[in-house]
This record gives sequence, structure tokens and C-alpha cells, in this order.
Amino acid sequence: MSFINYVINGVSLGSIYAIIALGYTMVYGIARMLNFAHGDVIMVGAFTVFFGVSMQGFNPFVAVLLSIAVCITLGITIEFIAYRPLRGAASSLVVLITAIGVSYFLQNLALLIFGANPKSFTSMVPLNPIRLAGGQIVISGETIVTILSCLIIMISLTAFIKKTKPGQAMLAVSEDKGAAQLMGINVNGTITLTFAIGSGLAAVAGILLCSAYPSLSPYTGSMPGIKAFIAAVFGGIGSIPGALIGGILLGVIEILGRAYISSQLADVIVFMVLIFVLLVKPTGILGRKLQEKV
Amino acid sequence: MDKIPKIWRDNLITYGMVIAIYAVMQILISFGLVSRLMQGLLVPLCIYVILAISLNLTVGILGELSLGHAGFMCLGAFAGAFFSKITVEAITFSPLRFFLAIVIGAVVAGFFGFLIGMPVLRFRGDYLAIVTLAFGEIIKNVINALFVGLDDRGFHFSLSDRASLGLYEDGEVIINGAQGIIGTPQDSNFTVGIVLVLLTLFIVQNLIRSRDGRAIMSIRDNLIASESIGIHVTKYKLMAFSISAALAGVAGVLYSHNLNNVVASPRAFGYNMSIMILVFVVLGGIGNIRGSMIAAVVLTLLPEMMRGLDRYRMLIYAIVLIVMMLFNWSPQILAWREQHSIKDLIGRVRGRSRV
Amino acid sequence: MKMFKKVLSLCLVAVLSLSVLTACGNNDSDVFKIGGIGPLSGGAAIYGIAVRNGAQIAVDEINAAGGINGVQIEFNMQDDEHDAEKAVNAYNSLKDWGMQILMGTVTSTPCVAVGVHSSADNLFQITPSASSANVVKDNDNIFQICFNDPNQGYGSAQYIGQIGVMGNDGSLVTNVAIIYDSSDVYSSGLYDTFIKEAANQPFNIVATEAFTESSNTDFSVQLQKAKDAGAQLIFLPLYYKEASLILAQAAAIDYNPVFFGGDGLDGILTVENFNTGLAEGVILLTPFIASSADAKTQAFVSEYERLHGEIPNQFAAGAYDAIYVIKAAIEHSGATHTMSVSELGDALKVAVTQISINGLTGENMTWLPTGEVNKAPKAMVIVNGIYVEL
Repeated sequence: MSFINYVINGVSLGSIYAIIALGYTMVYGIARMLNFAHGDVIMVGAFTVFFGVSMQGFNPFVAVLLSIAVCITLGITIEFIAYRPLRGAASSLVVLITAIGVSYFLQNLALLIFGANPKSFTSMVPLNPIRLAGGQIVISGETIVTILSCLIIMISLTAFIKKTKPGQAMLAVSEDKGAAQLMGINVNGTITLTFAIGSGLAAVAGILLCSAYPSLSPYTGSMPGIKAFIAAVFGGIGSIPGALIGGILLGVIEILGRAYISSQLADVIVFMVLIFVLLVKPTGILGRKLQEKV
Repeated sequence: MDKIPKIWRDNLITYGMVIAIYAVMQILISFGLVSRLMQGLLVPLCIYVILAISLNLTVGILGELSLGHAGFMCLGAFAGAFFSKITVEAITFSPLRFFLAIVIGAVVAGFFGFLIGMPVLRFRGDYLAIVTLAFGEIIKNVINALFVGLDDRGFHFSLSDRASLGLYEDGEVIINGAQGIIGTPQDSNFTVGIVLVLLTLFIVQNLIRSRDGRAIMSIRDNLIASESIGIHVTKYKLMAFSISAALAGVAGVLYSHNLNNVVASPRAFGYNMSIMILVFVVLGGIGNIRGSMIAAVVLTLLPEMMRGLDRYRMLIYAIVLIVMMLFNWSPQILAWREQHSIKDLIGRVRGRSRV
Repeated sequence: MKMFKKVLSLCLVAVLSLSVLTACGNNDSDVFKIGGIGPLSGGAAIYGIAVRNGAQIAVDEINAAGGINGVQIEFNMQDDEHDAEKAVNAYNSLKDWGMQILMGTVTSTPCVAVGVHSSADNLFQITPSASSANVVKDNDNIFQICFNDPNQGYGSAQYIGQIGVMGNDGSLVTNVAIIYDSSDVYSSGLYDTFIKEAANQPFNIVATEAFTESSNTDFSVQLQKAKDAGAQLIFLPLYYKEASLILAQAAAIDYNPVFFGGDGLDGILTVENFNTGLAEGVILLTPFIASSADAKTQAFVSEYERLHGEIPNQFAAGAYDAIYVIKAAIEHSGATHTMSVSELGDALKVAVTQISINGLTGENMTWLPTGEVNKAPKAMVIVNGIYVEL
């Protein structure tokens, strides 16, 4: 019985990783950059809802929409100020470092505005938990909503990229920026759109993260951000279904490792499995193999 | 002067700079002109400069992205501190003990660099970044859970808690998990730090100039082409990576002997620290040894100088970091700077005066 | 271009280094200069900011009432980001400013690192919250306001074993589980002595589960294991941020043990928007009770709320007490602000062992020459959202 519980716990934790990883992988897949500030956009999303619902008394639905709007604006602004000027820089590392600067900036801004004390987040999920086997197994409403959201986002993102013109443009930009430009695609606009979508997803992820684990502080996003990054690599970074699979697997491994091997070394186990998977399949579970060109 | 090849001259300038700074600082200190904060920062500055140079070997010269450099520093710090702690009574001549600690720190970190490098260096780019990040975190987390005790029966190890060591009453816990090692002798000082900076520079600059170094750089520039002309890619990658790790270990020993306690905290040895070192390298110009040294000094001093800004300190630090990155790397800004450079300005002024 | 870059970077280095040259700390100013060190940014900023706010209130009160023996206090708090190296930098920068007395540091690892320097300077140091036993070891100039970790772990095990706790199933607790942060100095310090003392006590430890700083949001496994092992009580030697999550997650799996914690749990009722119903029945050994009817506490709490919009925790209260201890020690010894750092240190470290303070965090607090505080821990239980003495 406890094994089933552990697996369920793992899936709930994993679904949170997955929903963050979706945003990560989306941005990476198109813009080819590791956006280390993604975790902090998540934090901003959660704070916006907290501000709206708990401090101003907005309707939760309005607050969620507001949060998505704030994050999209933030994402576009960050891209415009900090990342776009570095497009075409001599090294791809440069933008990674700038992303870290942005991450510090957002954390310290939130620290100034909201203070360091943790806030308790009111769950935005109105669903009651499901109890099975006479209350021995509990599946929380947050888990169900998170998994459903992951699936919906995954399907709509895939459809968007495959079926729509802007989606096709994204695909083209991710393949070859120069060639895409020659074909008349607005590269900057497409990347802005990517950041807008990624940041909107970050808002949703932040709300679900804090609904499941209701402690909110300026540093709430950074650790889940890193874990989600690992999940995205696990599943094959750039692959949208990969992010979902990677996230869930990461959660299950973390929980089972903690339960059956060592609670102190749970992260060590996660990282070891990650390294092992990458050794066997260097581009992650669903990653595409990149052809090495001379 | 013209007889000396340019690269030599460049290296000599770097050595000269370090020695000059050392001399100036020593003179100022002897006249009591240096603030206590600055005196306290001298050893940390040496530590970060060594870290920046050593990571530049991996990132700039070998051309591989590593986000686990702080892990090697952590290994060096703990290996060195562990040695010093158990021999503090046996070896009373502290320079000798510190020398041995540095050697041990370097060997341990270098050995793990070699071990980790073997599987890891098959990856490239972002995948290498994530795998090195993973190894860095593994090292930090394992040391955080490591307990080592010493009593009459010898050493005891545990990965769970202090109680499970089963020590006798008179036994001593040397590495106490999250509480780390307390009571390392404070052997680090500015002179040793500068000597180690010079040594690091010497090793890295000579490596770059050597046959091996050229092989390493050829791998960076074109892996397939260098493989096709018979360069043993794995060997050279491993060589650069382990030397880089060993030097990070040296910095770690310096770190743990500068404070009297060392804890494998995320702040000191986590991925954030690895990223910080990477920031030095990138801001200073990837592959540019002197640039990364300057960046390490500037970025270490900056938050200390901004203490007066109180609660806005870290916010402004973040803004400065972003602006510096844009200023140093953005293609548009670089082009603008090209047009408005000082040389150009001087040229224009001269031209005007002639008219 | 290259030239430009070179000139620019060299100028930057020069400016930065010059700005740190000499700022001679001569003390002809007519105030007591008290320094403070603690994390004001980063994940541990909750504690440092609380300490800064609490100490500032005490300083303002004292200054408004005419200072110490007619001399005003100047208070300067520096950020250490919860890092030993940064704490030493903060210490040195305060020395440059002319610090005579140090109130800090807030957390243990930085405190141990700073302690080496403060004892070399023979500077009087009193920490509101760095509770590791190593903080006051091997020095005679550092004193603690808080209980140290071993005492808390020992005290908790003694309390559960000797006085006994009634479980929520109606029987006396015999099965105890522990959830602790194995990557944290405070948490593992309490855990070590709790485990050691538990061996002498009439209860069984049925589960010990750890977590680390990088996985401190999901506690489902730890709680499931405690539940499966039949633990009636869970000992939580950790801070209230994690505890608030543990309480919520236990409720979500319908698990209802008694939760028992150290002073780190204090503050849980003041987490903004927290459902205090979850904390019903939580027992904690805490020195500070924000809801106490005591006039001094009431005045402090309302002033803190007025200034910062939240209820102070024990860190803020400890810092407030620390400033008053410094004041009392100065008055007792007759020390003056014109004394050198070392003379002040000599005077105050004797005086502090001779005074007795009624503070927010304890009545009749006295200090041993070793630096440890002597005060009675109070066991509190949360009933209807407020602390009630057990």
C-alpha cells in the first residue's frame, strides 16, 4: 500500500516539475537558450496571484488571468532588454550569464517588495481530494488539475507548432535562424512570441506549484526551476512530450529514492539516474539526435 | 623587447601585473593605508582569481561548458581541511602542513576530475553543462551527508548521522555532516595566495603554449578535424579537465584555510557558485586569462563596495551584471564602441589639431 | 576598441581598490557604535531582516530615552548572505566603520567564522540566534541570547520522556518520529542531541527521516513513513517555513500526530495567510510569545507591527533583547564609548556574567562565562491560534 502511495506522491511532484519543464523546453527548443530566469518568472506569477487574491481580494479567476498577463509582459520585456541585444553574440554562453543576472534581479526585486517572510498561498484548485481504499490512498485535487493541465498544454502546444503559421515559423527559427530570416520569417517576432508563451506557461506553473506546496517566498522558483531544467534534459530538451515524461519520471525517482534508499541522498540519486540515462541516451529520452557537421 | 614573441610578452605582462599588485598592496599595508575590509578580501580575491583561471582552461581553452566547478573546489576544501585537522598536532610547522594540504587538495580534486571526466566529456554543449552541474551537486550533497570520526580504533565513516559512527566517548568527529569541519588552522595568507595565483598562471599559460595546449585548442576549434589528423581527443580533453579540477581544488584548500570552518553549503559550493565562476570567465572574455582575472576581482569587490546601498545592494548588483554583459558582448554595442573608441577619439582630436 | 576595454577595466579595478583604501576607524565620535551581521538577502533573509528590525526598535527606544548613560547608539547592520566568507567581509567592513560591539551574527556557520576575528580583537559579541554550541566554544568574548542547539535537543527529549505528552489518540506518547533538515546546522544539531538523549528516555524512535535544502517542499514520503510506523508524535527540529508545509501535507493525508518542535517553529502562526487551524495542538519550546499579556512584549509587538506590518518572531525579539543586554552590561560596568574595543570587550564580558535581564525571550536571564545563556525554556501549546503555556 505504501508503495502505491509513493508512486502517487511521485507523480504529483513530477507533474509540477513537468509543467515547469514545458515552459523551459519550449523556450530552449526555439531560442536555443537556457533561460535560468524561468524559475523566477514562476515566482512572479505566484506572487501576482497572491497579491490579487489574498491582499486585494480579487476573484481567483481574474487573479489567474492577471498573473498570466503579468508574466507574459515580463517575459517579453526581459527578452527585449536582456536577451535580444545579445543575439548574434560571439558565444552562446553570454545569454546564459545574462539570464542569471535577470534571475538575481527578479529575486531581489521580490525581496524588496514582498519581504523575506514566507507567505502561505491559498490553493487555486477548487477540487476536493479523491480518497481510495478507505482513505489509505489520497490523490489531491492539485495533482489531478496539474496533470490535466500538463496534458492540455502539451497537446495544444504540439498542435500550435504543427498546425499554425506562427508555430511553423517557430519550428523554422529553431532549425536555422538565418535561413528562416531569408524565407521572410520575422525571427525577432517569433522569438518574442516564444517567450510570451513560455512565460504564460510559467505563470500557470507558478500557480500550480504554490497550490500544491503553499509556501511562497522570493526564492520559491529557483530550486523547482533547476529541477525542471533537469526534467527537461531528462526527457530530451526541446521535446514537448519529453518534458512531461521527464518531469513525471524525475518526481517518481526522487520520491522512491527517498523512500527506499536514503532520505538524505535523494537528490544524489536523482542526479545519478540522470547521468546514467544520458550516458545511455545522450540526448534524453525523447531527444532528437543531432547530426554532427564538419 | 621586439625579439620576444608577442604571446610571451603578453604572459609576462600578466605575471607583472600580479606581482605589481602584490607589491603595491604590501607597501600600502605596511603604511597602514589599506582598510580592514580590503585586507580581509585579499585571500578571497586570490581564491576567485585561481578559480576563474582554472575554469577558463575548461571553458575558454578546451571549449567545454562546465557548471560543476564548485564541486571540485569543495573536494579540495574538504580534503585539505581534513588533512590539516588530523595533522594539526603531528605537524607543527604550519607552512609544511599547509603545503601538504594544498598538494592533497589538488590531487583529490584532480583525481575526481579525471574520474568524472571520463564519462562526462563525451557530452557536448548544454548536455555537458547539465551533467557537470549534476556531478557538482552530487559532490556537495554527499559531503553534506558525510560523517567521519576518529577514535582509538581508527576512522569511522557514515552517510546517515553522527550517532551511527559509533564513536567512543573520547572520539572526535572530524567531518560532521552539514556542520562540516570546524577548527581548521588558518594558514592562508595573501603571500601564499599570490604564489598560488602565479603558479596557476604558470601552469595554464605554459599549457596553452605547449604542444599539448595547441592540441587542446584544436579540439575546441574543430573536433572532427583534429580527430582526423590523429589527435587523441579523449586524452587531451581529460588532461585539460583534470588540471582545471586540480587547480579548483587548490582554490578550495585556500578557501577552507582562510575560514576556521568549512561547510558544504549551497552558497559556498553549490551550482550558484559554479555559475558565479562562469560569470567571471564569460565577462572577462572566454579564453582571455587576464580578462577573467580582472572580472573575478571586479565582481568580488563590487558587492563589498556597495555595502552602503543597504537593501538595494543585490538588486543593483544584478543590474550592473546585466549591463556589463550587454556592454561587453552585444554586437550592436560592440559596433558602437568600435566607432567611438578612445584611440579613434585621440586620432580625431589629433587630426583636428592639424587642421 | 581593445585599448578602450583595457583602460576601462583597469580604471574599474583601480577605482574599486582605491575606494577600499583606508577609512581609519578612530572613535572620536560621541556614540556607541554597535554593528550587526546577518543574512539580509538570499534564502535565509527572513532571519536576518527580522533581527535588523528588532534591534532597530530597541536602539530607537534607547536613543529616544536618552541613550546609554547619556550616550546615543549608532546601529549598522551588514549583509552576510548566510555565508561564512561574506560574514567575515561584513565584520571587516564594520570594523572600518568603527564598530565597538557586535550584535550577531544571526546564523551559526558565519558566527563561528566571525568569532575567530572578534576574539582576536577582543570585541564583545552577543548573538541573538546563532545557536550552535561551536559559536561560544574556544572563546570568551561571545555570548548567546538563544538556547544552544544541544540544550534544545536534550530539553525536548527530556520533556517528551519525563513530563510526557498526550497523543491525539488519547494515550501517552511512546512512538516518536523525527523529520529534520540534514543539510542545516541548526536542525542537525538539535537532531544529534535529541537522538542521543532519547536512548535514555522511555519512548521509542520509530522513524528518522531527513530532507535537504534542495528538496524542502515535498514531505509526503517522510510523513507516510512516520504514519506507517505508527508515530504518535513527530519531532520537528526545524524552522517554521518547512513546518508550515509539513503540517499542511500531514493534514492532506489525514495523519494527525502531535507535532513537537524547538524555537525554530516560533513564527508559524504569523506566516501571512497561513491556516492556523493546521497548527492546532503543536507543542514548541520557545522563549518568546508574541501574544503574551506582558506589557513589554505588547509594546514591542505593536511597534513592530506598526513599522513592518507583521508580527515579530523570536529572531526579532532576541535581537531586541541583545541590544538591551548590551545596554545593561555597559551600565553595570561603567564602560564608556571612548574606551578602545579591547577595553570595552574586557569590561563587558565580565559585566554580562553579573547581570540579570528580564527580556522578551526570558525572565531573569543570566550568562555563564562560557557564553551560554541561563534561562528557563517554556513549553507552549497552540490552542485556538495562540500559545498557551503547558
